[in-house]
Amino acid sequence: MEATNKLHTTLLTLFGSLNEGAEDATAQNDNDATEARVATIPLDYSRSGANLEQHCRPEQLRTAAELLNTQHFLLESITGVDWPEKNQFEVLYDFIHYAVPQYRVLLRCTVSRDEAIVPSLCSIFSAADWHEREVYDLFGILFDGHPNLIRILLPEDADFYPLRKDYMP
Amino acid sequence: MNLPRQRYEETFVLNLGPQHPATHGVLRIKVTMDGEYVIKAEPVLGYIHRMHEKIAEQGNFAQFMPYTARMDYLHALAFNHGYCLVVERAAGIEVPERAEYIRVITVELNRIASHLLWWAAFLLDLGGFTPLLYAFDDREQILDLLERTTGSRLTYCYFRFGGVCNDIDDEFISGTRTFIDRLRKRLPVMYHSLVTGNIILIKRIKDIGIISTEQCRRYGASGPVARGSGIDFDVRKHEPYSIYPELDFDIPVYNEGDSMARYMVRMDEIEQSLRIIEQALDKLPDGPIMAKVPKNLRPEAGTCYAAVETARGSLGHRLLCNGDRNPYRLKLRSPTFSNLSLFAEVAEGMMIADVLAFLGSLDLVIPEIDR
Repeated sequence: MEATNKLHTTLLTLFGSLNEGAEDATAQNDNDATEARVATIPLDYSRSGANLEQHCRPEQLRTAAELLNTQHFLLESITGVDWPEKNQFEVLYDFIHYAVPQYRVLLRCTVSRDEAIVPSLCSIFSAADWHEREVYDLFGILFDGHPNLIRILLPEDADFYPLRKDYMP
Repeated sequence: MNLPRQRYEETFVLNLGPQHPATHGVLRIKVTMDGEYVIKAEPVLGYIHRMHEKIAEQGNFAQFMPYTARMDYLHALAFNHGYCLVVERAAGIEVPERAEYIRVITVELNRIASHLLWWAAFLLDLGGFTPLLYAFDDREQILDLLERTTGSRLTYCYFRFGGVCNDIDDEFISGTRTFIDRLRKRLPVMYHSLVTGNIILIKRIKDIGIISTEQCRRYGASGPVARGSGIDFDVRKHEPYSIYPELDFDIPVYNEGDSMARYMVRMDEIEQSLRIIEQALDKLPDGPIMAKVPKNLRPEAGTCYAAVETARGSLGHRLLCNGDRNPYRLKLRSPTFSNLSLFAEVAEGMMIADVLAFLGSLDLVIPEIDR
């Protein structure tokens, strides 16, 4: 429990640096407030299964992942989500720690559906390689800097992205 | 590893699978070879991809339940459990105590069955046919027990949100106790004396396919693969769920990181699962096996995550709800998907016969990777 609290405090401080200047940006541009939201939200583990949620802009993603890497987190999974009403894709990254029990960090990042490009985390976490290929395969979200961004589950000649909400089999 | 440094002048590509017997299912590995040495290995997935995540979005919550067992057909109850946990967390459902005990007993029985089948198939890969017959004999006892209670032998759909659908009876309990005694007697004789200490096995898997702790972290490995590399990580202890905190059991960890270490982790886990089942049977309380749950669940909008430990590692479900009757998005984080992703890096420079031994030691279930 002590290790968990210590890690939690460290992460709040580290993520704090990401959030600096974010308030100015939202104040200037109220309409984009939801899109460019940058915030650290502590969560209730028993209800959500995670302890910390960090919303970040795509360009901050690598910095956030580097921070987690220095704390010896591991990338557990990457989830893509389609929000057609908002014309957005969301990418969720789940991180856990081998040594600290009951601690999960969730990075959330939204991009426009028209220009769905997110930086790749491959060079930081090798696990990102396959997980990013899967998200690309099922949603068509591009990962900038991925060394081998090809389809992984679907046939290579597939011309659709099945998990997009507008795809109906 | 022991690959001589040289320029490869003559290489060839070998396709392992998708119908190769050593890949157990439809995994294909494109291997670039220099003689008997592997220069590059590239797993090609998707031959049994069924897009379960899309299926989940199209029906209501309960309708996805039978599909969960079709992913990891060897430890199907753990997939039942994982899906139940995440939906129960999202909808705030409390499970009665008796149901939790029954869940743990059946999941652990299923875990033993999975490890026994892995053991049999792994040794079959290495050229030993006889152990398969012993393991299937024992596994048969488990399947009979589970069939009585769940109604099926392989692809169970036994758990419900808020409990289980059938109570266990006295015959199941006495049958399980008999099985525990039987396997405890047979483990040291039929399994360990005959196979584990066998010099041929040791020569084939000791120091083969060494995975470092750092590699495990970079690739997000879990289950016996991580525990064979000295990482004390088991979701049952790490993120305790159900009644595991009330039971006394150990997490076997081996530091060598080779195929032998992974073998030993699984063999020790069988014994630990027997301990868990025995304790759960002793403590089994009376009471209802189902909570009162509305027919149509409508969890409030938001996202939540729940993880369980399957025989192969940490299975996670990330669920996003929008207040509707069906999941808005259900992501399955399957353990072997991550465990297999480190295969290419480790296999580089190994001999092809060792690669097959290493591949077997990862305990792959392909439908679970491809989903």
